[in-house]
Amino acid sequence: MQYSAPETIESALKLLESDDDARVMAGGTDLIVQMTSGMRSPSHVVDIKRIPELCGVVQTADGGWKIGAAVPGAELNEHVELKRDWPGFVEATDLIGSMQVQGRATPVGNLCNASPAGDAVPGMVAAGATVTVAGSNGFRDVAAHDVPAAPGRTNLEKNEFVIAVNLPPKPPNSGDAYLRFIPRTEMDIAVVGTGVFLAFGESGHVREARIALGAIAPTVVFCTEAADALIGSRLEEEAIEAAVLAARNACNPIDDKRGTAEFRVHTVGVLIKRSIAIATQRAKRQVGMD
Amino acid sequence: MNERVKTPEGRPYYKEIGTRPIRPDGVEKVTGSARFGDDFTLPGTLVGKILRSPHPHARLISVDTSNAKKIAGVKAIVTGSDFPDQPFAYTGPAVLERNMWHVTRNVIAREKVLYEGHAVAAVAAVDEKTASAALQAIAVEYEILPHVTTLDEALAPDAVLLFEDMITRGVEPAPEKPTNIARRANYEKGQIDTAWSSADLIVERSYETKPVHQGYIEPHACLAHYHPDGQADLYTSSQGHFQMRALTATLTGMRLTDIRAIPAEIGGGFGGKTVVYLEPLAMMLSKMSGFPVRMKMTRSEVFKASGPAAGTKARIKLGAKKNGTLVAAEVEMYYEAGAFPGSPFVNGVLCCVAPYTIPNVRLTGWDVVANRPKVAAYRAPGSPQSNFAFESTVDIVCKKLGLDPIAFRKMNAVQVGAELLGGRQLNHEGYLQLLEATERHPQYATELGPNQGRGFAAGYWPNAGGESGATVYVNADGTVNIATGSPDIGGSRASMAQMTAETLGISYDRVRSAVNDTTSVPFTHVTGGSRVTFATGKAVVAACETVIADLRARAAKIWDVDVDAVDWREGAAHPSSSNVGDFDPLTLGDLAARATETGGPIGSSGALNATGHAPGFSAALCDVEVDPETGHVKIIRFTVAQDAGVAIHPSYVEGQMQGAVVQGIGWALSEEYIYGPDGRLQNHGFLDYRMPVASDLPMIDPIVVEVPNPDHPFGVKGVAEAGMVTAMASVANAVADAVDRRMTSLPISPPKLAKEIAAGKAAM
Amino acid sequence: MSKMHITTSINGDTTEFLAEADQTLLSALRDNLRLTGTKEGCGSGDCGACSVRVDGRVVCSCLMLAPEAQDRAIETIEGMADGDNLHPVQRRFLEEAALQCGFCTPGFLIAARDLLDRNPNPTETEIRFWLAGNLCRCTGYDKIVRAVQKAAEDVRG
Repeated sequence: MQYSAPETIESALKLLESDDDARVMAGGTDLIVQMTSGMRSPSHVVDIKRIPELCGVVQTADGGWKIGAAVPGAELNEHVELKRDWPGFVEATDLIGSMQVQGRATPVGNLCNASPAGDAVPGMVAAGATVTVAGSNGFRDVAAHDVPAAPGRTNLEKNEFVIAVNLPPKPPNSGDAYLRFIPRTEMDIAVVGTGVFLAFGESGHVREARIALGAIAPTVVFCTEAADALIGSRLEEEAIEAAVLAARNACNPIDDKRGTAEFRVHTVGVLIKRSIAIATQRAKRQVGMD
Repeated sequence: MNERVKTPEGRPYYKEIGTRPIRPDGVEKVTGSARFGDDFTLPGTLVGKILRSPHPHARLISVDTSNAKKIAGVKAIVTGSDFPDQPFAYTGPAVLERNMWHVTRNVIAREKVLYEGHAVAAVAAVDEKTASAALQAIAVEYEILPHVTTLDEALAPDAVLLFEDMITRGVEPAPEKPTNIARRANYEKGQIDTAWSSADLIVERSYETKPVHQGYIEPHACLAHYHPDGQADLYTSSQGHFQMRALTATLTGMRLTDIRAIPAEIGGGFGGKTVVYLEPLAMMLSKMSGFPVRMKMTRSEVFKASGPAAGTKARIKLGAKKNGTLVAAEVEMYYEAGAFPGSPFVNGVLCCVAPYTIPNVRLTGWDVVANRPKVAAYRAPGSPQSNFAFESTVDIVCKKLGLDPIAFRKMNAVQVGAELLGGRQLNHEGYLQLLEATERHPQYATELGPNQGRGFAAGYWPNAGGESGATVYVNADGTVNIATGSPDIGGSRASMAQMTAETLGISYDRVRSAVNDTTSVPFTHVTGGSRVTFATGKAVVAACETVIADLRARAAKIWDVDVDAVDWREGAAHPSSSNVGDFDPLTLGDLAARATETGGPIGSSGALNATGHAPGFSAALCDVEVDPETGHVKIIRFTVAQDAGVAIHPSYVEGQMQGAVVQGIGWALSEEYIYGPDGRLQNHGFLDYRMPVASDLPMIDPIVVEVPNPDHPFGVKGVAEAGMVTAMASVANAVADAVDRRMTSLPISPPKLAKEIAAGKAAM
Repeated sequence: MSKMHITTSINGDTTEFLAEADQTLLSALRDNLRLTGTKEGCGSGDCGACSVRVDGRVVCSCLMLAPEAQDRAIETIEGMADGDNLHPVQRRFLEEAALQCGFCTPGFLIAARDLLDRNPNPTETEIRFWLAGNLCRCTGYDKIVRAVQKAAEDVRG
C-alpha cells in the first residue's frame, strides 16, 4: 500500500486519478478499522488532512457555515458560534465514538462512509446541509442526503471527493436537535437516530421543518412527510402524532445485532417527539417566547 | 508468636494489615514500563499466527501446508498431528473435571473443527505479513457438518452430535443413545415430591442467560523460546504460570523441568486466563524453528476462540409457607459447555440454594456441548447464572407474600454448621452480618422516584484454598524480599508485603514483594477461586514464621541463651523475661547484618495446601430507573456487601467488589454472544459486545464486613468472586420493581424490555 | 513497496523510524520503537488502551497510520512523568488504587490528563463521559473516577 498526504485539492485529485483503487482518508476512524480487519485493502490511501483549506470552519458571507472535510468532531464541539447556530448538528457529530475518536473523526467522513447509522448524517440532513464535491470537472454542491447510495456506497463519481459540508444561515426562531438511541450511554452505533429542524413563524406556527431518520433504512431517510405534518401547525398533539406516524411509515429497518426492526420503528416515534421538543425549545429560547 | 493487641471488638490491632499502601508494582504500571504478555521480545523473535476454522462444525479431511512452507520467511508450521495425543480420562474433583483428550483438541483441532475460530494450524514467520500470507497458503479441506449453537438446538432429539459416541454420564442406567449431553449431576435432600403439599405458595418459573465473555482488556499473549538442549523459556500472561507450564509440558511432550515459565503482568483474567490456548503452539513452533516465537490473539480471536461463560436455561420451583418459611426448592439447569464437556454446572446448581435453610431440595444440572468456543471459568463460575434464576424466583415469592426481601433471607438463612449439598459444610460466620449491614445501609431507605425500582439479591460462592508457595529472604541491610507464585491481577503483591511486614514486625516499605518464575518459588496453583490472599497469604506467613524461628535462634546464639528464652515482637528479638538476662533487643536489621557469623543467609520457603477457606457470600442492593418508552435501564445506585474476614488492603478488597458488580451489570443489561444462523459470531469486538463504560454507571458502594476467619493467621476470607454472583439478580429484581414486569431472560436489553412493557402484562 | 521514513517528535524528542505505509501508529510505537507502554486491547478504537496525544489531541493510536505521524508531536505514557516526579493523575491512580491489572491504565492516564489540561474542575458526569472511550474491566470505574477527581484538586492547587 502507498500513503500520500497531498497539500492541495488538485494534487489529491491527481493521486485519485492515478490509482483506481485509491481511497480518500479524512479522520480514518472507519477506513483504518476496515483495513486492519481485512475488509478493505486499498492500494493507495490519500490523506486529505494536510490540505489547508480542508482544515477550517468559516462563516460564509450569507451567515452560513463551511466546514472543511478534514475538521474533526472535537474541533466543531469547541466552536462556540457554530454550536450556537446548529447545536443539533454539532451534538450529532459529537456522538460519534469516544473522545479519542472525536479527535480524528469528521462529519464528512461519517457521511461518505455511508453507514445507515452514522450520527452526523441525520444531523446535517435536518440542518439542510449541502456538501461541496471536488472532481476533475471542478466543484459541485450536492444535498447531503443525496450522498449515500447504499450501505458502504456513495453517489459520488469516480475520483470525486467531498471537500466541505455547508450549513445554511440559521433562520430566525429556529432550532435543530438530534437524538439517537443506543443500549449503553456511549460508544455504541445508533440503533435509531432522529434529526429535527424547526423554524417558527411570528404567530408561533411551524414555518419550516426538516426531519431526517438514521439507522432505520439502508440510507438516511429525509422524511418530508413527517416534516409536512408539522408545517403550519402549532405542534398540537395531532400534528406531532401525524409526524410520528409518517416517520414510522418511512422506516424500512432490519433485525440485526443492534436491535430488532420492531424496536426501531417503535423508537423512531419516541425519539421524534423528544427531538421536536428540544428543537422547539431551542427555537423559542432565542426570542424569549417561553 | 506475635503479640497482638486486641481491639474492643475483639479484633487484633495491626500495624500494616488494614492500611492502604501503594502497591509495589504501581509505579511501573502508571509509567508504562510494566511488561505484559505481548511486551517481551528476544533477538530473532518470530511472529506466530493461527489459522482458524471459518466453519462452526466440520470434519477435517486434510490440512495441506506444503505451499505455505515454500514462502520465504516462513520458519515453521504446526497442525494437530504434530502434538502427542492424550489419554481420554476425566480427572480432578467433580466440580472441576478435566480431560486432556479434550484440552489438546481445543488447543488445535484434530478430527473435527467444533466451532468458528477453532485453531487448525499455526505458523511462525519472520514478520506479521509473511505469517498472514502463510495462513492464506494453507489448504484445508473441510467436510461441512450441520451445527448446533444454542442449547435448544443441541438438545433437540435429532440434533447433530459433536461427539458421535458421547453417552451422558451421571445417568443410571446409562443411556444407550449418544447425545450432546455430556453429564448429569443430581443432588437431593428431604422428600421433595411430597413436600409441595405443605407449601402455602408455590412459584415456578423458567429463565435463560446468554454466554458472556470475561472481557479482560489484554488479549492472550505469550513468547516461547525453545533452546537446542531441550530447555525452554515461556513468558506468559496467565492466572497461573505453573498451570501454563504443566499444560504446555503435557501437550508438547516435555517435562516440567524443561520449561521455565516466567509470569508476565496479566491484563485481566477473571477465570479466562486459567486456560491454555497459545502456549503449546508457540512452544512447538519455537522447537521446530529454533527461534523464539511470539503469539498474541486479536480481539476477534479472543471472542471467537477463548472461553466465554456458559449460557444457561433454568427452571426453578419454590414452595413457601405464608410466613415466608421456605419448605421446598427444585432447580433444574442446563449449562452450555461449548465445544467440549466441562461447564461449571455442578457448582452452579449447588451455589444457588446454599444461602438458605430449605428442608426439601432437588438439584439437577446438565452439561451440554454445542458448536461454540469451550467455556472457561468466569468469576464464581456457574454461580451467577443460577443465582439470577433462583433469586428472581425468591423475589417473586417475597412480593407475593408481601415480605421484605432482606428479612426473608434472614429468616431462611443457612446456619453455621449446616451440611450443604455437594458435601460441603458451612463452618464460618459472616452471612447474617452482611445481610444486616445491607439492611442498615442508607440506600435501603432512600425513597424511589417515578420509573425507579429497587432490587435485592443474596448469593454464595464456595471460594478455594489449595496449593501455594512463597519464599522470603532477609537481606543484609534489613530489607526483606518476598516472592510468590501467584500472578498479581489486583494488588496481591501489596497484600503479601503487608502480611510479611505484619508477621515480621517491620514496616511495609522494607518489604519488596514479587511474583517469581517456576524455578524460584514452590508450586503455586492459579490465581483463581478467590484464593490468593487466603492460601498464598498463608504460605507467606508460614515462610515468615520459619524465618522468625531462625532469627530467634540466632539471637539466642548471640546471647548464649536457650531459644525458648527469646521472643519475637515488633521486629526484634527480646529476652522473654528479665531472668534471661539484660540484653538489648536485636532487631531484624541487627540480625541481618550479623547473618554471616550466625549461620549464613536468612531465608525460607513456605509451601502448603491451604485448608480452612471460608465461603464468599454477597448481598447486592440495586436501584434502577427505566425509560418506559425505550426500555433503557439506568443503574442509579448500587451497594454490594461482602465479608472479607479481614481486609488486608481495603482498597483492593473494595475494588474486587466494585469490579465484580460492574461485570454483573454488563451481564444483566447489555452483554451477550450473538450468533447468526450460519453459526458464526456476529459481535466479536468491543463495539457490539457491549461491556459497561464509565458513563453507564454510578459509584458502586462497597460494604466490607469483617468477621475474621479463624483459619487464617490474619482472618482472611476470599472476596474476588462473590460480588458478581448477586449482581444480575439484583438488577433484574430492581427492573421488576420499577416496571412491574419480570424479565426472565438476560440480557435485559431495551428491545426486550420495551416489548414487555408495551405488551402490558403484569410481573407476577 | 519499501518502508517509509518518518520523522516525528515523541515525548519531545525528535525521532526517526521506518514503517510500512499501512502500519498503524500503535504498531510502530510498540514494535518498531519498543515503546510498549501504549497497549493494544482491540485494534478497532473501542477500548482506548492505545490512547496517545497527537498535536494536543488524544487519539487511539490504532486508528492512525504511522506515516501520519510525520512532523507531528506525539505524547505517550512513557513521557508523562518528569523523571521521578509522577504527574498528579499518575500519583492519584496509585493512591486511590485505581488500577487492578494495570493494562488499561496508560490509556486512562493519557485521557484523564488531557481532560484536566482542558478542564481542571470537571463534574463526575463530565469525567465519566470523557473516559467512556476507555474500557476497564477490573475496577468498575469507581476508583478511577475518584482518582481523577483527586488529581483535579491537585491540578487546581
